[in-house]
Amino acid sequence: MSATSELFENVACPFCGMICDDLEVERTDKGLKVRKAGCGRAVAGFERKLPPSSPQIRGKNVPLAEAVAEAAKLIGKSSLPLYGGLATDVEGMRAVMALAERSGGVVDHAASEAQYRNFKVLQSVGWTMSTLTEARNRADLIIIAGTDVQALHHRFFERIAAPRQSMFGVNAKKRTVVVIGKGLDKAAKEAGVGEVVMLPCKPERVGEVIGALRARLRGFTLNKLDIDGLKLADIDALADRCRKAEYGVVVWAPPAFDFPHAELTVDQLAGLIKDLAPTQRFAGLTLGGAEGATTAASVATWQSGYPMRVSYASGAPEFDPDRYAIARMLREGEGDLLVWIASYSPDLAPPAIDIPIIVVGTPGMKLPKSTAVFIPIGTPGVDHAGRLIRVDSVVSLPLKNLGRADLPPAEDVLSAIEAAL
Amino acid sequence: MLIKLTGGKVYDPANKVSGEVRDIYVEDGKIVAPRPDAKPDQTYDVKGKVVMAGAIDPHTHIGGGKMTIARMLLPEDHQGDSVARTDVTRAGCGHAVPSTHLAGYRYAEMGYTACFEPAMLPANARQAHMELGDTPMVDKGAFAMLGSDDYFLRQLSEKQDFEAIKDYVAWTMHASQAIAVKVVNPGGISAFKFNQRKLDLDEEHVYYKVTPRQIVLNLARALQELGVTHPLHIHGCNLGVPGNIESTLDTIRATEGLRVHMTHTQFLSYGTEGDRKFSSGAARLAELVNKSPNISIDVGQVMFGQTCTASGDSMRQYAIAKSAHPKKPVVMDIECDAGCGVVPMRYRDKSFVNALQWAIGLETFLLVDDPWRMFLTTDHPNGAPFYTYPHLIRLLMDKSFRDDTFQRINADAQGASILPTITREYTLDDIAIMTRAGPARSLGLKDRGHLGAGAAGDITVYKDSPDREAMFATPTMVFKNGELVVRDGKVVKVVQGATHVARPEYDKGIEKPLKDYFDRFHTVRMENFKVADEEIVKGDKGAVIVQPTKARAAA
Repeated sequence: MSATSELFENVACPFCGMICDDLEVERTDKGLKVRKAGCGRAVAGFERKLPPSSPQIRGKNVPLAEAVAEAAKLIGKSSLPLYGGLATDVEGMRAVMALAERSGGVVDHAASEAQYRNFKVLQSVGWTMSTLTEARNRADLIIIAGTDVQALHHRFFERIAAPRQSMFGVNAKKRTVVVIGKGLDKAAKEAGVGEVVMLPCKPERVGEVIGALRARLRGFTLNKLDIDGLKLADIDALADRCRKAEYGVVVWAPPAFDFPHAELTVDQLAGLIKDLAPTQRFAGLTLGGAEGATTAASVATWQSGYPMRVSYASGAPEFDPDRYAIARMLREGEGDLLVWIASYSPDLAPPAIDIPIIVVGTPGMKLPKSTAVFIPIGTPGVDHAGRLIRVDSVVSLPLKNLGRADLPPAEDVLSAIEAAL
Repeated sequence: MLIKLTGGKVYDPANKVSGEVRDIYVEDGKIVAPRPDAKPDQTYDVKGKVVMAGAIDPHTHIGGGKMTIARMLLPEDHQGDSVARTDVTRAGCGHAVPSTHLAGYRYAEMGYTACFEPAMLPANARQAHMELGDTPMVDKGAFAMLGSDDYFLRQLSEKQDFEAIKDYVAWTMHASQAIAVKVVNPGGISAFKFNQRKLDLDEEHVYYKVTPRQIVLNLARALQELGVTHPLHIHGCNLGVPGNIESTLDTIRATEGLRVHMTHTQFLSYGTEGDRKFSSGAARLAELVNKSPNISIDVGQVMFGQTCTASGDSMRQYAIAKSAHPKKPVVMDIECDAGCGVVPMRYRDKSFVNALQWAIGLETFLLVDDPWRMFLTTDHPNGAPFYTYPHLIRLLMDKSFRDDTFQRINADAQGASILPTITREYTLDDIAIMTRAGPARSLGLKDRGHLGAGAAGDITVYKDSPDREAMFATPTMVFKNGELVVRDGKVVKVVQGATHVARPEYDKGIEKPLKDYFDRFHTVRMENFKVADEEIVKGDKGAVIVQPTKARAAA
């Protein structure tokens, strides 16, 4: 370590919804270096070199105060500002809510289309869920439904599905992982799980597999199975595994079900757990939640009552999961200004649209032509401290300031804009 | 800055003042001794009005993960109570599970200046404090839930040294920024994860081989020896089960004189008499409470209408899921720490069970003699949303109003309740004790719940209306730390309350086995599990007030 370097321990990583907090990151004069427990995504996130950046108005560099004033002017003039992206931390999200309320805007996260596959089920029939630590220590049967978990969370198997130690003796060797989905069993096999079973099918067919499973668990006869070549014996074997499980966990990530009415697939998964509940313990574990999605939904819910897709146009929160989906609104020409907040990945750029955009974002993002104002902000947990809610919606983690760049938090910028309105 | 409230009828039971006309002086946010010679900067004429300290709710679920699940779950309930922003206040929604800002405003508009979240899961403490941080107007605090967490159950089953158990309890209070400790279905939340569906007081947890009785005794004794003012807050075994009055009475007897608080006893006072095998155990409970000076209770009164039950008691919430209205129960197993269940519920006055629940609650209020050991709650939102308090107060203070209401409930429930034979009417002194002085004393809030010199300038002024519901629904004025924040039942100034915590002593050596435990089994580091003061102060723009604890005593 050089004289100016500093080693940070117990660092929480904000780059996916699992928020692993056992990283060690060193800051040297060359930038940040992940020294321990970093997955590929963490390394890419922490070690990314920021390009030089400046606040801009229509592509021209300006002082921060001018950009803030211009943003306030545009929001003040707007009839219906849309607050999208929302990849920020708790404090940033609080500032988004205050500003959206003040300006009569609509609030929606970039990933909410996927999240709503879950919310629609929650709001219709409820569900039973588990959390990461609970699953890590208890799950002797893990059913992964149609999801490439490894791609979303590089350390899911190491930390949750196949831990070396478990409080109740259910270590990796004693577990069964059933993967419903083609080619998604590689990570489970490499993780040293005792038994890995695959039921190959496309994600679109997962709901049918679970439907058949539920039917068999209820004792119905099925004449013929026509799901990507799966056999009734495979379904029955899974039913048998379910019945024998001490604590079964059904894992899915809503982004994996990217097809129309995918909430019906989630409904089947929740229904399977509900069917088994009278006599045994089963729970769901839903994953994803990158780009601050869980945080945005949680803060929006405790402040407005609703998990985003809220309009404050009338002054009071109005909820409509179809009408106030910002992606739909943009497609159909509703709203006259997009305010885009994205503090983690430069890949979460606003869509190319005709209406003006205010981007409050991490440097390096590709800005659409209609970007009227750009204000660079820091990444929570890298450039400034913050707090982020984990994908299970229970645990939240403190994020450290690792001192990468001297960029303001989204909260400060958004609050300054609100003050200037 | 000196302000003076002149000519009010003051009800300040902590200082033995009962309706006497007194002037109140507040200087720089604190109540000071009368200074008739001084020229106040502001004078408020409150002649003929009733003056009390700001009210304190010692048990209201307003912040934390399960409340946000409940909010997320019930858009249809919010839609009838949507509230626009004003120049002063933020927007939000109300009814069964109000948004954070609305909860703060509406409590203040009802004359409340402090609210305590009774079921903070240590694993979810950070979020609970964030939500409380977004709850303006009132002071806050939270009770850490223990007793189904695997660390404590391991300590108990391994028969670890009792001092280590005390260290762990104290450590948890520090780590989660708690003022008290609550146990919920002792051991039962954990047992449910092992597929046990009930756990009676002397029934063994299938894995840890410990009983709820042992859990209650160890936690109650730990808190007493740690010098924590609020005793163990107990949500007992068998909540909602007909016949649970037996385990409730047994739990009280099990305490062997240790101080404990039995919470929302209405849900835990059911007998099995009558054709429907469901009857009131209120009289038996009250009889034992009246004889047991170590026991305090709150009722968890049921009121009719739509609400949402939200509890750490995943075992019992799963069991009542079939009664959900609308039918969308949520159950969670959480972090080898606790659990939760969120079950929307509509209590109907024409339902035998719901009507009798209502009557059992009122019987309990009226049969327990000592208002210092009885706190007014609906276990918001489990029995009803907190906005129903003024109505509840009228039911307690006005026998004829109570009788009229009784006539409208389910006829069989009427036949099963002794309510009409109870003539007691609560006095304003009783109300002031039950909603101010009592909770403050029980929670160890030295400078709240009274109007003596040195107390915070948290003051509520009511019009002395014979309609007590109208009176308590719409205070004329509410002061928070000496500032006028509510006038005629509307927020006129938004302030941020403080967070009250208690910090009993512990041996830092406990962090060695704890760190090992977190590293081996958890998905969060011990260091990150702890909620720092700075998060509340800087992150939530609040303040932390450390209430005193007594010196730690050895076993």
